[in-house]
Amino acid sequence: MFDNLSDRLAETFKRLKGHGKLSEANIADALREVRLALLEADVNYKVAKDFVAGVRERAVGQEVMKSLTPAQQVIKIVREELSSLMGGQAEGLNLIGRPPQVLMMVGLQGAGKTTTAGKLARMLAGMGKKPLLVPADVQRPAAIEQLKKLGAQLGVPVHDSDPGGDPVDICVRALGTASRLGCDALILDTAGRLHIDEPLMAQLERIKQKLQPGEILLVADAMTGQDAVNVAEAFHQRLGLSGVVLTKVEGDARGGAALSIRAVTGVPIKLVGVGEKLDALEPFHPDRMAGRILGMGDVLSLVEKA
Amino acid sequence: GKTREKISGSIDKIAIGRKIDDEVLDELEEVLVTADLGVKTTAELIGGLRGKVRRKELADAEALKGALRAGIEEIFGRTAAPPAMTAKPHVIMVVGVNGVGKTTTIGKLASHLSAQGKKVMLGAADTFRAAAAEQLEIWAQRVGCPIVRQKEGADPSAVAYDTVEAAVGRGVDVAIIDTAGRLHTKVNLMDELRKIHRVIGKKMDGAPHEVILVLDATTGQNALNQAKMFNEAVQLTGLILTKLDGTAKGGVAVAIAGELKLPICYVGVGEHLDDLRPFDAREFAEAIFG
Ligand SMILES: Nc1nc2c(ncn2[C@@H]2O[C@H](COP(=O)(O)OP(=O)(O)OP(=O)(O)O)[C@@H](O)[C@H]2O)c(=O)[nH]1
Ligand SMILES: Nc1nc2c(ncn2[C@@H]2O[C@H](COP(=O)(O)OP(=O)(O)OP(=O)(O)O)[C@@H](O)[C@H]2O)c(=O)[nH]1
Ligand SMILES: [Mg+2]
Ligand SMILES: [Mg+2]
Repeated sequence: MFDNLSDRLAETFKRLKGHGKLSEANIADALREVRLALLEADVNYKVAKDFVAGVRERAVGQEVMKSLTPAQQVIKIVREELSSLMGGQAEGLNLIGRPPQVLMMVGLQGAGKTTTAGKLARMLAGMGKKPLLVPADVQRPAAIEQLKKLGAQLGVPVHDSDPGGDPVDICVRALGTASRLGCDALILDTAGRLHIDEPLMAQLERIKQKLQPGEILLVADAMTGQDAVNVAEAFHQRLGLSGVVLTKVEGDARGGAALSIRAVTGVPIKLVGVGEKLDALEPFHPDRMAGRILGMGDVLSLVEKA
Repeated sequence: GKTREKISGSIDKIAIGRKIDDEVLDELEEVLVTADLGVKTTAELIGGLRGKVRRKELADAEALKGALRAGIEEIFGRTAAPPAMTAKPHVIMVVGVNGVGKTTTIGKLASHLSAQGKKVMLGAADTFRAAAAEQLEIWAQRVGCPIVRQKEGADPSAVAYDTVEAAVGRGVDVAIIDTAGRLHTKVNLMDELRKIHRVIGKKMDGAPHEVILVLDATTGQNALNQAKMFNEAVQLTGLILTKLDGTAKGGVAVAIAGELKLPICYVGVGEHLDDLRPFDAREFAEAIFG
């Protein structure tokens, strides 16, 4: 739908003769294109603004490298800044500490928490751990049934609970189930909730307090727009998130939410969901996401070689 | 609500006590983009206002708000009307990407139509997601309407066919068919959706009479791709925008209305049976612009 950012940048630099210095004046148009590309990718307005200011600061006064065009030079800077802002390195789950380790899934309605809980159970089982799935969603119709079916598919035990129960009690009781079954990891599936829903956010705090999870993972939809920062900030403030799982990444969303969430909360994106099946969970690659947000894959590898 | 005050407040801060000039319009851009209207639609709306500003037609904050509201309302005014319920049964097919609120919305819609005295039947053609049929079944119980379902993994087209057949046989007024969430980029799943659509038409001429795309208001610019590709596959007749009870404004719906002329039939404002509202363009515009 939109031109590739690198083409657009090449266009803006047409007038720039030779390979001189990047100046405030000659990169103004290029930075405008960068900003638009970020906004089109759903990067939060303020995050995009700060980001472009950072790129401007780094770029102005730079000598254009011999092997690069000015457009490529700007892209190189943008790409590097973007990757470093997104964490540079892939970060794994924290599974140290005394078992049972507790992983808690939180997020808005429909983000993919229950599915991701199943995917994590599969991943942990593959690592030789014995996970227990805990259905703490008494809200959504058939949510417990959904998790039970996923557990059955995987051959992973699911704590028995019913929609009449209290989510905090369910989680506490699940600790007993875990020790009875010899499980060394609990994966808590909580109900989807709005970040502005006071009673339900308080409920998550109580679960956190009782279970002391080593991982509190915000499950966020890669298609989320400008609101991603409000949601992530609110969950982070209340719970102190340890990581983010970005879901539905296999689609064509540019994924600006990834950058926005990371920039505003500093919480690392640890995993990405790339499908509905239970094996569709992958480590997060900051660099790939950077290229994707800019709507450019191949050109970047060219720049990398330079 | 809360959202409205926030946005309205931000415009007041921008506009009150200041001459409305290009700088104010730039600040306004932030409000629009932050509401997910997208760069292009925002530029169009603001471009339209620049002329008025130059001609000094916008004297104060109120005039600015009014012009913006009118701009948005005008875009929705150009959309088609949702189809009238003339056929019996009137068959509605509900589609969309994963987790947007299709099944819940069907529950709410069924309740809304039942309250109008219509006999409603549901069809659980999401045979893929774990416990999808159980979920719809609970909604059917809440509404008190019949549901057609088969076992998990069954052919969704067959469930859709059975639903229309049962709806005809039992003389119901409206049949609403749930489908599995799918990303618009997955060719095989979109083909499956086309097949469901085709099979419904085979059972009853002219059906489905409505094909509704459910959109999550939290979604950013990708919603435009969703609308285009679902529309290509199964010719949409309208949209339902869910989760407007959060802080997201759903502004991308303006872009969709502008490009595809698809009406918003209802909006979802919560997880309960009665959390469905008719769409009101003016109210929607006000929620964005205050
Ligand atoms: N395409 C795709 N779909 C996904 C992915 N992760 C989850 N889903 C789908 O998204 C939809 C919602 O997933 P759930 O796991 O039920 O989401 P949830 O956050 O538990 O939802 P609530 O409990 O209602 O808040 C389902 O259709 C899932 O199959 C993913 O990575 N890719
Ligand atoms: N806050 C809020 N939540 C909603 C609304 N509509 C649906 N939900 C919630 O969103 C989540 C997903 O809803 P579903 O109806 O299962 O979505 P779906 O599109 O059928 O999902 P799949 O079939 O998995 O693709 C559930 O937790 C619903 O309760 C709404 O208007 N507001
Ligand atoms: Mg769930
Ligand atoms: Mg559903």
